[in-house]
Amino acid sequence: MLEINCPYCGPRFETEFSYGGEAHIERPKDSENLSDEEWGEYVFMNSNTKGVFLERWVHTSGCRRWFNVARDTVSYKILAVYETGTEPPELDLRKDV
Amino acid sequence: MPARFRLTEGGRIDRSNPISFTFNGKVYQGFEGDTLASALLANGVHLVGRSFKYHRPRGIMSAGAEEANALIQVGEGARTDPNLRATQIELVDGLTASSQNCWPSVEFDVSIVNNLASRLIPSGFYYKTFMWPASLWMTYEKVIRNAAGLGKAPEGPDPDSYDRTFAHCDVLVVGAGPTGLAAALSAGRSGARVILSEQEATLGGSLQSEPNLEIEGKPALEWVEAARAELEGLENVRLLTRTQTYGYFDHNFIGLMENLTDHLKEKPANLPRHRLWKLRAKQVVIATGSIERPLVFSDNDRPGIMLASACRTYLNRYGVKPGSKAVLFTNNDGAYAAALDMHKAGIHVAAIVDLRANSEGPLTEAARDAGLRILTDHAIIATAGDKRVKAVQVAPLSADGESARGGGEKIDCDLVAVSGGWNPTVHLHSQSRGKILFDDSHACFVPGDSAQASTVAGACNGSFGLGGCLSEGHDAGLAAAKAVGFDGKGSASAPSAEDRDFLPARWLWLVPGDKPLGHGGKHFVDVQNDVTAADLHLALREGYRSIEHVKRYTTTGMGTDQGKTSNVNAIAIVSQYFGCPIPDVGVTTFRPPYTPVTFGVFAGRDIGDLLDPARKTPMHALHEQAGAAFEDVGQWKRPWYFPHDGEDMHQAVNREVRACRDSVGVMDASTLGKIDIQGKDAAEFLNRIYTNAWLKLKISSCRYGLMLGENGMVMDDGVTSRLGENHFLMTTTSGNAAPVLAHLEEYLQTEWPELEVYLTSVTEQFATVSIAGPNARKLLAELTDDIDLSAEAFPFMTFRQGRVAGIPARVFRISFTGDLSYEINVPASYGAALWQAIMNTGEKYAITPYGTEAMHVLRAEKGFIIVGQDTDGSVTPIDLGMDWIVSKTKDFVGRRSLYRADMDKPDRKQLVGLLTDAPDTVLPEGAQLVEKIETGPTMAMLGHVTSSYHSPNCERSIAMALIKGGRARMGQKLYSPQADGKVITCSVSDVVFYDKEGERTRG
Amino acid sequence: MVEAYLRQSPLSQLALPSRAVSEAGDAGVVMSERPFRRIVNLRGDPKSDAFLSAAKSTLGADLPLAPNSAAAGKDTSLLWLGPDEWWAISEDNTPPLADKLRDALSGQHTSVTDAGEGYTCIAVSGPKAIDTLAKGCTLDFHDSVFAPGSCAQSDMAKAAVVFHRLEGETPSFEIYVRSSFAEYLWRWIEDAAGEYGIAVTG
Ligand SMILES: [Zn+2]
Repeated sequence: MLEINCPYCGPRFETEFSYGGEAHIERPKDSENLSDEEWGEYVFMNSNTKGVFLERWVHTSGCRRWFNVARDTVSYKILAVYETGTEPPELDLRKDV
Repeated sequence: MPARFRLTEGGRIDRSNPISFTFNGKVYQGFEGDTLASALLANGVHLVGRSFKYHRPRGIMSAGAEEANALIQVGEGARTDPNLRATQIELVDGLTASSQNCWPSVEFDVSIVNNLASRLIPSGFYYKTFMWPASLWMTYEKVIRNAAGLGKAPEGPDPDSYDRTFAHCDVLVVGAGPTGLAAALSAGRSGARVILSEQEATLGGSLQSEPNLEIEGKPALEWVEAARAELEGLENVRLLTRTQTYGYFDHNFIGLMENLTDHLKEKPANLPRHRLWKLRAKQVVIATGSIERPLVFSDNDRPGIMLASACRTYLNRYGVKPGSKAVLFTNNDGAYAAALDMHKAGIHVAAIVDLRANSEGPLTEAARDAGLRILTDHAIIATAGDKRVKAVQVAPLSADGESARGGGEKIDCDLVAVSGGWNPTVHLHSQSRGKILFDDSHACFVPGDSAQASTVAGACNGSFGLGGCLSEGHDAGLAAAKAVGFDGKGSASAPSAEDRDFLPARWLWLVPGDKPLGHGGKHFVDVQNDVTAADLHLALREGYRSIEHVKRYTTTGMGTDQGKTSNVNAIAIVSQYFGCPIPDVGVTTFRPPYTPVTFGVFAGRDIGDLLDPARKTPMHALHEQAGAAFEDVGQWKRPWYFPHDGEDMHQAVNREVRACRDSVGVMDASTLGKIDIQGKDAAEFLNRIYTNAWLKLKISSCRYGLMLGENGMVMDDGVTSRLGENHFLMTTTSGNAAPVLAHLEEYLQTEWPELEVYLTSVTEQFATVSIAGPNARKLLAELTDDIDLSAEAFPFMTFRQGRVAGIPARVFRISFTGDLSYEINVPASYGAALWQAIMNTGEKYAITPYGTEAMHVLRAEKGFIIVGQDTDGSVTPIDLGMDWIVSKTKDFVGRRSLYRADMDKPDRKQLVGLLTDAPDTVLPEGAQLVEKIETGPTMAMLGHVTSSYHSPNCERSIAMALIKGGRARMGQKLYSPQADGKVITCSVSDVVFYDKEGERTRG
Repeated sequence: MVEAYLRQSPLSQLALPSRAVSEAGDAGVVMSERPFRRIVNLRGDPKSDAFLSAAKSTLGADLPLAPNSAAAGKDTSLLWLGPDEWWAISEDNTPPLADKLRDALSGQHTSVTDAGEGYTCIAVSGPKAIDTLAKGCTLDFHDSVFAPGSCAQSDMAKAAVVFHRLEGETPSFEIYVRSSFAEYLWRWIEDAAGEYGIAVTG
């Protein structure tokens, strides 16, 4: 079971959180002008990264805040947590993969 | 009278405390401090079971968790456990144990014929034999299970209770041998929160089997005792004995199982039997020691053939002679200690058979001085004896060790003590994803780099000398404490002791027999799963290469013992076959649990009534008193219907439905989800969430809304009311309150953080009572004097505040039944009072409580959908025929998906009504519909029934269904073939069956 | 005023008063229900001075800004629930806070919501209180992590809860739980505490 460091509440067990898929995918503001393929890309397609993945979590049983996590999908190591709407911190990806 | 093989003195048993126990129906005596295994051996009982595949007689091979043979069923009836290791079962007065895997008895087992037919049971036997035909697998399996045994399941529900707990510590030390004790002391003295776990009841580990060792210049066990006393005195240290650390998971999450009562004759009330510890440790010190490795030689599985270290344990710790006449078989110097202990205890040591050409080392010298017969460069090439070994054939080895020179010499014995070197117990380290390396000098796998915050110390780290164990343990404990922020002051220095290795050794992985491999005589590698060296060779000849595949194909190391004694030998034999170095073969993965864990602890107290929360509304007790039948809606308990005496469900529901159309019904609607929405952008937020428009909703008005996922599919619906300019109250379906709030928060926080809106769940702040029917207004008028209820002053889809039955209330004029209806919200603690007041006042109108079933019928008469029943995550508002609620002029979640080309397809399933030709026939919900009945097996399905009821108001059956191109099929005949061969004929209709103009609602 | 006798607590069906003792004796765990508390859910921006000062003047104390911390206001306990969310808890007999807060905060981006009717409070204390709570909750309740005066939102068994650890030598917790889960949670905790001995107090 992972230990996730909620940026607001501190370290908590994984069971307090819900997973929200890939981070940094913005909802298109001009969906009218998107082709079906482009819209489908937004709604259905996520990358399936082996290595460091930027993903969203929400602290369901705690503060109910959404935030982002940089997690290595191979080792499950969590390299960083950071607030929604902010850029991920610099990570030495080669070292961690 | 003491048992025959019990020494008159020595050992850590309490001879003043005799214990009786029963094994295979016979009563024996042992002592406090015995295990079942030591007590059986004291009584001369070596034959304790039969092997898994060949049903060969098997004895006790070890003295610890690695035991692969002596698997025992303990207890009877409902209170019984299979597959327990006799070597780990603490003897308790009245213990009842029996052999498993034998029928009719361990002495005479009919399946021994498998042994004679073993040529017919090669490796991969199960795969080869039982793969075809698949339909017979169930039959095969029953036969195999019966013959194979593996113990009996309990016959009733487990009468014991089990506990589960989370825990946290700075440093977990696994294993309380010399290494672990040194680690716990240095970490504990530093002030860190330490948990020291030990699988046995007593501390000291291997020191308990070693009579002559000294630590800090005094007997080792005195040091252990002092360590125990000090650790128990430290407030920051928790000692968990009888606790198996069985699994090492992600982020230093560790599973431990503590045994609390199995060793007690009188079990204290309220004390759980076992406790599962779900531990998060900041640092872990793995000090799990090492396990002696057997040698692979011909017929090495007979009762009386044991590990040399186990013989020492039985002698020194339990005061038990495991035999009278012993032969030692070794490849290293360490086993000579066992020979010397046996000699001293009066066991006749017939010979020490040493694979090495030159036997050397201090213990060898001592054995020579004691006059023991040492046969170097020799091997045991055959053994004899059925239910107990009675002789071995010993011969000199060829120079390459591939064969024996000559027929050799027969030596009579009843005990063979074997040592093939030592394997560090790297299981936990491997489970933590730590690297495993091969140590050439000791020919064993040792831990490499850690993958988590852990260190490995002592024999588990390949340090086999006592001095090294103590200093490594000390250093590891100190480093762990420092890593979590303690300065390590007061940790003193490492305890000192002599260091001695078991080297040197000769690695002969497959000891030659008197016959070629596979032609008489079995070289067992895995005794639990009956896998021999010949089986491994066969798998390799058949083309298997990966060790993981060889393992699965032959099942070596896949028993409940997890290959503790077999894995390295198997890997080495494979490497030898290929002529490659052992590390090139690789190592199989060690998986949790290290030893089996009782199922009960995983359930803990989450069983029976506590399995899942039963959520109850404030009026729940009143519904129970009224005799309601309850339905589970999510975790909620909702009244389903309220049967009168003698009524069945159908009759009760009909009565409740009629009451709501003819007079007045009352329902507990408290479970509806409620979300409070505040902020200056609240209306804009709703506008983006719902498919319809929200900006212009008037204060004190209500509106129905439909919510989609981004894929355009209906996700929830409900009525939302405007409490103020910047204040709304949303309702959601009962089971969906939490997911809807999560959906709203997600969009608010991650997509539209610029909106000034706050959301708060207020589902349980209010108790909600719904009254429905033509007399609802008259009833409510009697209960309130500050709300004008006239149709003009209080129109449909508005709400008013006031008092109902003297209780501050918000009254909503909304309707899910299609009749005049009010939903009354009061503070939750007044819910029961409000219900009672309504029931009392409503008596004159024959007020009728109704449940969810009547509500479903009432709404279906009106064609109102239930999200999750008439929708299934693949249904759009257009499919439902609810285009009227979908705005064309604004964006909302899911909008773009509605314009995908696929959404326009004419064959999408659409919601329609169905009327059966026979009005009394009610279509089953879920029933499939076809256009025409075919005789063949595949009929093209058009869709299925989502809701179906008898409607008392329409006086016939009504149904809703999702049908391909349904709206273009109005009036068309469709057919629903049933499981019993009958066909129900129906025609497609509108979904509104009753009061199509909606006059009753607005009246 | 509404007749108080009309109110029912979520645990009324357990008839706890009939089990109540005045002395806990050697029970490892002491339990009671503390129902009918007023809870105001307050949302606002902790970076806004206007918000903080208006809240302070109404509540009689600074809102706690440190994660998982609580503060005592005038007749109220203030619990930190999240970076922009607090509870102000007061007893039933104090004047309602919500309206005063709404007035003080009007015009600001905040929300003030009455929430107390949806919860009850289960008090768990005694020398074995921490061992009992650890059975159902993943939080570390050790003094060094969850000191007296701390609070936290988490799960206890299968119910979402808010823990508030009260000041004092003996571990003492108040657990706020949604009313519909209250019976389940009470019975779960009572079962978990069984091995330590339980006393119910009034
Ligand atoms: Zn949080």
